[in-house]
Amino acid sequence: MTATTHEEHHDEIPTGIKRWLFTTNHKDIGTMYLWFSFIMLLIGGLFALVIRAELFQPGMQVVDPNFFNMMTTLHGLVMVFGAIMPAFVGLANWQIPLMVGAPDMALPRMNNWSFWILPFAGFMLLAPMFVGGNFASGQGPAFGWTFYEPLSGQYDKLVFFVFAVHLLGFSSIMGSINIIATILNMRAPGMTLMKMPMFVWTWLITAFLLIAVMPVLAGVVTMMLTDKYFGTSFFDAAGGGDPVLFQHVFWFFGHPEVYIMILPAFGVVSEIIPTFARKKLFGYASMVYATASIAFLSFIVWAHHMFTVGMPVAGELYFMYATVLIAVPTGVKVFNWISTMYRGSMTYEIPMLWALCFVILFTIGGFSGLMLGVAPADFQYHDTYFVVAHFHYVLVSGSLFGLFAGVYYWLPKWTGNMYSNGLAQLHFWLSTIAMNLTFFPMHFTGLAGMPRRYADYPLQFTEFNVMSSVGAFMFGFSQLIFLWLVIKTIKGGEKATDRVWEGSHGLEWTIPSPAPYHSFTTAPEVK
Amino acid sequence: MSQAAGGYYLPEPSKWPIIGSIGLFLMTGGFGLYLMGMSMITMYIGMAVLVYMLFGWFGTVIKESEGGLYNDQVDMSFRMSMGWFIFSEVMFFAAFFGALYYIRVFADPWLGGAGNNLMTHDWLYPEYTSTWPTNGPGNVGGDFQTMGAWGIPAINTLILLTSGATVTWAHWGLKKDNRSQLILGLFLTVALGFLFVGFQAYEYIHAYNDLNLKLTSGVYGSTFYMLTGFHGLHVTIGAIMLLVMLFRSMKGHFTHENHFAFEAAAWYWHFVDVVWLGLFIFVYWLV
Repeated sequence: MTATTHEEHHDEIPTGIKRWLFTTNHKDIGTMYLWFSFIMLLIGGLFALVIRAELFQPGMQVVDPNFFNMMTTLHGLVMVFGAIMPAFVGLANWQIPLMVGAPDMALPRMNNWSFWILPFAGFMLLAPMFVGGNFASGQGPAFGWTFYEPLSGQYDKLVFFVFAVHLLGFSSIMGSINIIATILNMRAPGMTLMKMPMFVWTWLITAFLLIAVMPVLAGVVTMMLTDKYFGTSFFDAAGGGDPVLFQHVFWFFGHPEVYIMILPAFGVVSEIIPTFARKKLFGYASMVYATASIAFLSFIVWAHHMFTVGMPVAGELYFMYATVLIAVPTGVKVFNWISTMYRGSMTYEIPMLWALCFVILFTIGGFSGLMLGVAPADFQYHDTYFVVAHFHYVLVSGSLFGLFAGVYYWLPKWTGNMYSNGLAQLHFWLSTIAMNLTFFPMHFTGLAGMPRRYADYPLQFTEFNVMSSVGAFMFGFSQLIFLWLVIKTIKGGEKATDRVWEGSHGLEWTIPSPAPYHSFTTAPEVK
Repeated sequence: MSQAAGGYYLPEPSKWPIIGSIGLFLMTGGFGLYLMGMSMITMYIGMAVLVYMLFGWFGTVIKESEGGLYNDQVDMSFRMSMGWFIFSEVMFFAAFFGALYYIRVFADPWLGGAGNNLMTHDWLYPEYTSTWPTNGPGNVGGDFQTMGAWGIPAINTLILLTSGATVTWAHWGLKKDNRSQLILGLFLTVALGFLFVGFQAYEYIHAYNDLNLKLTSGVYGSTFYMLTGFHGLHVTIGAIMLLVMLFRSMKGHFTHENHFAFEAAAWYWHFVDVVWLGLFIFVYWLV
């Protein structure tokens, strides 16, 4: 095998199952990541609908409490590790080589491995649910997605959970190493760091966060494993350990993790808003520095998830001030997006609708985050539905809407076809209305004191819960419109131009639509 | 940094990654089944598949590298990737060092009633006084003694530091095309590496038999064995990597300017070395 024979293979696209199993092509791998994450989104969504069906009315009617706990646990885990994170890696795989003018990812075989670990990890996470043959008495994890010790230590099948997390970690670390090497080493001549598209910048920083914190997660689940099966005492006070140690190590991973899920969405929105406002991104350099500041701060604020655990007051104060400080770089970003739109020639194509919605709704989630960051107030809000409302505003209308924005923005480039505007409008409006119907009332139930993760609640919370449940079902079924739309677009439709959008700029719009199987085999020149 | 993309080696579709996934899945899942009370056979199959994958995948890479398919830009991708991989390993150890720090500085004094924990202490375990090393108020695992820093651990420190020097000496040999210096240096490094692991094993046996210091000896045993154990595992992996480099050097691989595999193994070896210094100071010395 030499470089010359390799050249001859260029136009040949492998076929059949082998194409997907053995592929080293960033577009194929990106596609697999995106489909995998969408399937996980539907599975995780199904779990959410079980939760909402049970909470439609007070009292127990649909599932038994253990199954309910399993649903809250797996909904969180599947959405975080199965849907949101892989979806962004899928976007990265498709877009980063196109946006920096590289022929592929830096290490294409490892790229394949990063993806193909995921289905096995997902299987290991979900399989215990089916043990015993009877779905309702399944033995899946039922300790909440944060798997706090010592509760999680009592789970019978803990080892499979631990190894599922290890495998997910391998996948993320390898994927991130690849992304960093691609961005730092594969850029087209002339594309200096400060000329990179914002999406590329946000992913560079996200990949750094992943490499820094996924090993810490691996460490903490390893401690869980040895505590349960090999008699260590990390989280056992009788042996001199401390269950709170679990929370510290977990949240040292967990807090950067939330930025891992939102920074690439910032990047997507920073691509879309300039396109449809027909103005350059306002304050590009400040956007870069703000992203880096958020990443730095994310390492030193973790204990704001633990205000009620009994920390010394000095700790409470420090973590409160550090947390609230994050509002500054985040504010920089929001104001930059708004300033980009100010006096722009705005049009409201589908990606722009999602991006606008992102800016507004994510900001609401940011504000409720500020409220939660204030330690004395958090004593009231902790573990209530207010927290659930907060993180769904940043994760659904933040991360997920950012993903939808990205897919609607780049789908014509990927498939070569424009999608149906009517269907896309329907999907957008139904999702947005349903999302707010689901999660806005949770602010009120939370402030009124309804705790999260319970299968039942007092009568006084009924009306708001009915609203949330109706909204959730609306939201869930709206996603089938998206599925239909994507399949329809892959099959055909009005041909997309190379530029696709009138105001689009960047290297990915200089190649044909659909993007050829191999692109930028000779590097473009960036001026 | 950014050069023309033309000539960047893009591999053909490969079966190794999916084989690796299957191996990982069988190995971890098989270990889980073993802990559920089943046989270890699935785990062994998984390990065999993984070893097969490592041979196949690295074999392919070595062939491509010796075939001159990798240009400078590919080399740079490898360098960056190895560097970030080592950073991820550092963070893995950081989790355990962090746990040790937290236990010693916060959790243990709190168990002894420090801060606002006096009432808890008096009610739950009034007999316990905060101390290090400790196996907690429950005296979990029974009384034990600790490993002194100035016996085997000090010798092991010398061994690892010396091996850091020998690997550098081997690198000098490679750079001036002195093959015998390269091979001798690598041989010494690998030998010192395995000597280290041997001493470590001896130390563990001593600790279990004579000091009653076990993995189950409360939180001291947990941190001691998990930190030194994971380090020992990494020394073993690093020594195997260097052993492969030794075999490759004997087969005439590497040139004085193109030998990143050797450098990657050497970087890894220095990383293992630095982690040991942390262990020596915080686990053995500052008891």
